[in-house]
Amino acid sequence: MGKIIVEVMLKPEILDPQGQAVGNALPRLGFTFAQSVRQGKRFEIEVAGEPTQAMLADVEKAAEEFLANTVIETFVVKVEK
Amino acid sequence: MRVGVVTFPGTLDDRDAARAVEYAGAEAVSLWHGSDDLKHVDAVVLPGGFSYGDYLRCGAISAKAPIMKSIIIAAEHGFPVLGICNGFQVLAEAHLLPGALTRNADMHFLCTDQTLKIENNKTLWTNGFSVGQEILIPMKNAEGNFNCDDATLNELESEGRVIARYVGVNPNGSRAGIAGITNKRGNVVGLMPHPEHAIDLLTGPSKDGLTFFTSVLHAMVK
Repeated sequence: MGKIIVEVMLKPEILDPQGQAVGNALPRLGFTFAQSVRQGKRFEIEVAGEPTQAMLADVEKAAEEFLANTVIETFVVKVEK
Repeated sequence: MRVGVVTFPGTLDDRDAARAVEYAGAEAVSLWHGSDDLKHVDAVVLPGGFSYGDYLRCGAISAKAPIMKSIIIAAEHGFPVLGICNGFQVLAEAHLLPGALTRNADMHFLCTDQTLKIENNKTLWTNGFSVGQEILIPMKNAEGNFNCDDATLNELESEGRVIARYVGVNPNGSRAGIAGITNKRGNVVGLMPHPEHAIDLLTGPSKDGLTFFTSVLHAMVK
């Protein structure tokens, strides 16, 4: 069984109140390392066998059309070893 | 005249939208997300709510529903479509309207009566208003922050496609205070606040919202 990962992030120019809220909470817990936090999504997609190029092209298309909204987000498709 | 109201899993405001359609003098027809049958309606309302629990992104999964395939084809031929709140999010995700609705800038879920200024009365859904008219209707959302790139904003502004703007303090960080927009043709309108909740003084802050529904009737019988 193979695993394909799609990671989706808001574009840098899009405000991320969710990430900000997390970033603001960290110092209250004593974690002072963060200058800023942005929160994204990760999809783990299990497939039968090793992912093929055709399969990856399909995942890319699904990410473009559905998993990400490219008006406000960017995405990366990877194969998990 | 028959106006369809679509119910997705998690839609909340379909009954109020149907009630508004009937108040305006049309027949409200329930449409189901899982069917591609528009039941010969003359117009469609995509109501508010939390379809699919806002999973993935607000409106993203609903935008791919079978009923949306029929609505997209019809809308491209001038069929009237009004998306309210979650319905606006669905229209943006379906690319019938540009831009995207993102999280409110201040992190709050907003629930208030909101004053809007009508800026375009040429659309099928706003022809009963006058330009510059201020209306008071409820607003309730967590992801009503309208976002688009500069080129899209310029296009919307130069073509007069902002149909309504927030009056006073921008409640959610929307670009240029945008509360609602239309497509080039003026048949598809998306609005974040809820006109269907403002059709009777017994249940709403005004009757201003009813004009969206009477506008489309007026446009269709002309």
